[in-house]
This record gives sequence, structure tokens and C-alpha cells, in this order.
Amino acid sequence: MTTKKVTGSQAVILSLLEEEVDTIFGYPGGAIMPIYDALYDHNDHVKHILTRHEQGAIHAAEGYARVTGKPGVCFATSGPGATNLITGIADAMLDSVPLVCIIGQVASPLLGTDAFQESDVVGISMPVTKWNYQITTPEEIPETIAKAFYIANSGRPGPVLIDITKDAQFGEFDFEYKKCTKIRSYLPEQPINKFKIKEAADIIDNAERPLLLFGQGVIIGRAEEELKAFVEKTGIPAAWTLLGLSALPTDHPLNVGMLGMHGNYGPNQLTNHADVIISVGMRFDDRVTGKVSSYATEAKIIHLEIDPAEIHKIIRADVPILGNSKKSLKLLTDQVKENRHDEWLARFRESDKTEQEKIIQKELFPEKPGLTMGEVVRIAGDKTNHEAVLVTDVGQHQMVASRYFKFRHPRSNVTSGGLGTMGFGLPAAMGAQIGAPDRKVIAFIGDGGFQMTIQELGTIAQNKLPVKIVVLNNNFLGMVRQWQQLFFEKRYSFTELQNPDFIAIAKGFGIDAHKVEVRDDLESSIQTMIDHPGPYMLEVVIEKEDNVFPMVPSGASVSDIMLEL
Amino acid sequence: MKQEYIITVYSENHIGMLSRITLVFTRRKINIDSLTVSESAIEGIFKFTIVIKSTPDLIVKVVGQIEKQIDVLKAFYHTNDEMIYQEIALYKVATEALYENDTIEKIVRNAGARILEITREYTVIEKTGHKTETQELFFELNKFKVMQFIRSGRVALTRDPIERLSEFLKERDAVLEQID
Repeated sequence: MTTKKVTGSQAVILSLLEEEVDTIFGYPGGAIMPIYDALYDHNDHVKHILTRHEQGAIHAAEGYARVTGKPGVCFATSGPGATNLITGIADAMLDSVPLVCIIGQVASPLLGTDAFQESDVVGISMPVTKWNYQITTPEEIPETIAKAFYIANSGRPGPVLIDITKDAQFGEFDFEYKKCTKIRSYLPEQPINKFKIKEAADIIDNAERPLLLFGQGVIIGRAEEELKAFVEKTGIPAAWTLLGLSALPTDHPLNVGMLGMHGNYGPNQLTNHADVIISVGMRFDDRVTGKVSSYATEAKIIHLEIDPAEIHKIIRADVPILGNSKKSLKLLTDQVKENRHDEWLARFRESDKTEQEKIIQKELFPEKPGLTMGEVVRIAGDKTNHEAVLVTDVGQHQMVASRYFKFRHPRSNVTSGGLGTMGFGLPAAMGAQIGAPDRKVIAFIGDGGFQMTIQELGTIAQNKLPVKIVVLNNNFLGMVRQWQQLFFEKRYSFTELQNPDFIAIAKGFGIDAHKVEVRDDLESSIQTMIDHPGPYMLEVVIEKEDNVFPMVPSGASVSDIMLEL
Repeated sequence: MKQEYIITVYSENHIGMLSRITLVFTRRKINIDSLTVSESAIEGIFKFTIVIKSTPDLIVKVVGQIEKQIDVLKAFYHTNDEMIYQEIALYKVATEALYENDTIEKIVRNAGARILEITREYTVIEKTGHKTETQELFFELNKFKVMQFIRSGRVALTRDPIERLSEFLKERDAVLEQID
């Protein structure tokens, strides 16, 4: 391979091109200006999206990564530029999103001197990155970037941060690029233990009431087909975590719904009747388990997981199977006997009926005059033939949209699960749209979260991203209000909002918008939004004090799931 | 029930490793009782010896989260009786006190300690042992007023005949070969 003399900044861009990066989300500033200058020469090779705030850039990079499976790339300057990324990096850490963040830093002689816009970014980001590194000489750039991409998107993915001092960006050296394929101290996935597969298969073959729980690991590992083959051969009902959503089509006969605090009645309550639980690529988050000591009380646990630190972390696994779920599911499917569990499955369907009567019917086809979030989600889902990418922010609307949107294809759900980051929705939607330009992207956002990153309407308008934004406006921080109603004696402490004229704001940004206040206007307005060629915002005024049910109250057992007040 | 554990971490020699490792304890509000960091027998690989109090259940999770750090090669944990370990302590006493009678000399001899340096003003005594032993010597010497005292972090070896890291590196190389 021939080498050529380049500056550190040029090396950054050349390295990104070597990694086939097509989009960078970022915001320039003093310490990263040489890199932005080098980028100027590569406008036709790589797209740069200038957001309105660094938080917008990082969530957009997350949205991009979630729909493509490729690492999202983010640029920011030193000091405040870098600290503004931290929320998104923490979000990506908890939700296993591959990100490569490249940050400018003050020149190396100034490190530690409290220089202008200096902050210890490596120190600040350490607890929330999979790996981070500070570069002070140009020679380190290609190798470090190669390592960053390898680490970010192998094994259990996660965010990686590279801090590059300004002098390293200016310095010249002989550029040569070699992709990273292994690191001595890092084993991205464990070899699969065949004895454990056999042991698990025996347990599964003898199970009477087995239940499979799947999480985002299935999507990250691109194991959707393997999951389907496994449940179809064994006849085992399968339930999803918030991030596992869309790994198995919603209408699959063995899909029994969502787990967790606002999940479905059947899978929550029947978790404690199952005799075997097979969990695939999920980590028993407290929102899924409720009270751990009364979770899955009758079940043997088989845990398929790529990250060894997740085994036994919350729930003790009887048979842990480390490794890539695409491979382990395949091996397990080969080993198990064909089976059916019709009676057991019927119990889920029985629970569905109860839930349908007590909750779903009222939510999706309300008879009261006030609009519900559920009916908006239902209509939008139906009108996009359940083929759109759903992006949600955090709160009541997130739970409602996840419960009712319905999916046919994987990688169709982008939400902030682990960190529960309000303000995630709008920027993540624009990242998702860039990552999936041919798909419809619909973002459901509450009026609270919308105002946290509302400035990104500017980015959406400038780049003509045809994102469909549905603001579900109840003039409340709805989820907090629900908790105040249920657990704090209706003491609505600082949850009511005086909102601006969202339509005027959207129009001010150059985005078409419409406000729906009555049911008669809803369906046609959603159709108008979907048919609109460019970006569009639909504000829907929602019943003020509506609650999301069912609910497993915080600290309660999954079997104590509440269907109503 | 909490008990003392010795955690041994082998890592690449990268800046920030100490922070990455200690963060795992900080997150869970675990106090580090003792910490020693030094290059291991294998060039370029550093060894951290960390003493904490933990339950058997928690120690597994903590060590798992340390091992998850990209630049960590391997982390082990052991109870005290599974390892041979020592700490070193230095004591500074007034030289005058040694002249008055032979008590200090006897204390030093009985404790298996040794005198490192004697000047007109002070004498420095060194003792290697477990914390209880170095602490006991402190109490004895302090009857004559210890002017300065310092104790090191713990160093520890397993009772295994082989270096477990070399074995681990061999296994890791084999696994990485398979990945290709």
C-alpha cells in the first residue's frame, strides 16, 4: 500500500471514508475547525448534517445507527460542544447503539491549563462510553479510528469517543489505513458452548409452559429469521421488550406482545406461570422484571446473551448461553424437537381478550369526545400499512405507540429505552430518515419532549427531510402526571405546561403543519400528513388526563399488573 | 455476608485505565480498601491488585463489569485464604527513643521487622506482613511515639503453580484465531 503525506485533519476524513461513512452529524467550533476544513474538500463523498445543537447531532446519529445497523458518526468541538453530546452518548451506552464521536480538543500543550473551551472530555465520557481515547499526535489517527469503528459495532455495540487535540489535526504524516479486525484484550463474542445448547434443548423439550422473551440483541445480531424459525419449530409464545419491538412481526401467531411496566397483560402476568423462560438478547431491565424477587418464580431460565457481564446480573440463569444469538438460536433450533403449546398459548389469547375489553377497545376506538393517543397511533399505523419506521420520544405516547403501532419489518422502531431521554424523538427521527431515505418515518412526540429539542425543526427544514412529526399534545408532562395521580395523591407538582403555538413555530421553520382538535378531522389529517412529500407536523390535541394501562407499578411484581384504577 | 476479596486485574498499559476500573466501584458505592498498580511479569501488561469488601454475589458482577472494559485482559477475584499476600509498612521513630533502653530493638526483632536507616534525629523501621501485623507493630512502636507511618497497598500471588495470565493469553490467542 502506498502512503501519502496528509494532515491529521485530512487523515480523519480519509479514515472515515475507508470505513464507508456516508453521513456525519455535527456542529463545528474552534477546536474542530481543521477537521471541518478538511471535510470541505469531500462534500461529494460524505454528507454532513449541521444540526442546531450537539444533542440533536448525537440523537440523529443514534437514529441513523438504529435503522441501518452501521455506526452513527458525530462531530463536535471541545468544551460545551463535547459536553452537549453526553446525554446522547449515555443513551447509546444503555441501548447498545454503535456511535463514533470525534471531538476537537485544545492543542496538547494547553491540556490541563483550563484553556478556552477546554474540558476533560475523556474523563467526563468515561462512564458512558464503551471505549474512548485522546489523540495528541497525527500518527495515532488512522489506527485509533479503525479501532473505534471495530469496537463500536462489534460484540455488544456501544458509543466510542475520540478526542483529537488541535495540534494533532494540523500535524503532517504519512497516511496509511488498515482496518481493525481484532484486539487482544477484547473478545466481541464468546464461542458457543455446545454442551449448554444440549442442556437448554433438553429443558425446552420437556417444558410445559415455556415463554420466550426477546430484546434488541435479536435485531443487533440480525437474528430475526433465526428467532422466527425457533419459535415456529417449538411453538413457544414469544414476547418482546421495548427495544426488541419489530424483531418479530406483530401479527405473527406466536407473538404474544410486549413485556414490562406498560406491556401487555398476558406476557407479564403469565411470566409467573411459565416453567421455562428463554431470554434472547435482553437484559432483564427493571422495567421488564418489576420486583425481581417475585419474577419468573416457577421458571428455569435459559439466557442467550452476547455480553458476559449481563449473565446473572439481575436474574440468575440456570443455563447461560454466551455468544451471538444468530448462531446460538440456529444451534438451538437444530437441537430441539418440533412441538406445540396450544393450551398454553390459548391462555395468552384469553388474557388478550380481557385486555382488549378493559383497555384496548377504549383506547383505540374511544366513545368519549376527547381524542386518545391510541386512536392516533392506530390510524397512522394502518395508513402506512405497518411498514413505516416508528420513532418515539419518552413518556405516555412512547408506551402507547409501542403498544399499538404494529410492525411487519425489523429495524422499524427507534426509541430511547434504557436512559429514557426526553428530547430524543425529533433528532432521532431525522437521523432515521437519513439512514432509511426510502421509508416513511413517523415520529410520535409528546408536547414536553418536543420542546426539549424543537430547534431541530430547522435541520429538518434545511435538509428537506420528509419526516412526519405527530405531536401528541395534552398540555402535560403526561407520564409524570399519571404517576402523580396514581402514587402522589393527584398532587400535580409542576407537570402542567403552557405551550406555544406549535403550528406557528413549525411554519416559522418552513414546515407545513396542521392542528387537529376533533375526531372528525383526525383521519383525513393523518392521510394528508402521510401523503405530503416533505416534512410535516401534525399537532393532535389529546384528552388532558388520560392514563396508560396496563401498568406494573414500580416495585410491584409482574403478576400484580393493573388493568385499571 | 460481606468479606474481604482480592481482585487482580490485568490490563493493557493505557492512560485512563485506573479511572475506568475504579468507576466500576464508584458506581456501586464500593470503597476500595487497598490498591496497588505495577507492571506484571509480562512486558506491557499492568496488574492491579484491589482489595474490597463484598458479598459473594456482588463480587462476580463487579469483576464481570471490570472485565468488560475494552483494555482489560482479564480480571480474577479471590478470598484472602486463596492467596499469599503482603503489605509493607514504614515507621519513623525518634532515634533518642532507641538509646533510652532496648525495648524498641526487642519489638523490632520479635516482629521480624528491620531497621532501614538511622540518623541522629530519626530511625526508619520496615515491616512486611498482613495488615494486622503491621498495625500491631504500629501500636507497639507508638508507645514511643511514631513520627511518621505509611503502609502500602496489598501485593498478592495465587497459590496456583502456574501464572494464570499466561494461560489465559494462550487461550485468547486461540479464540481470536478462530474468529478470522
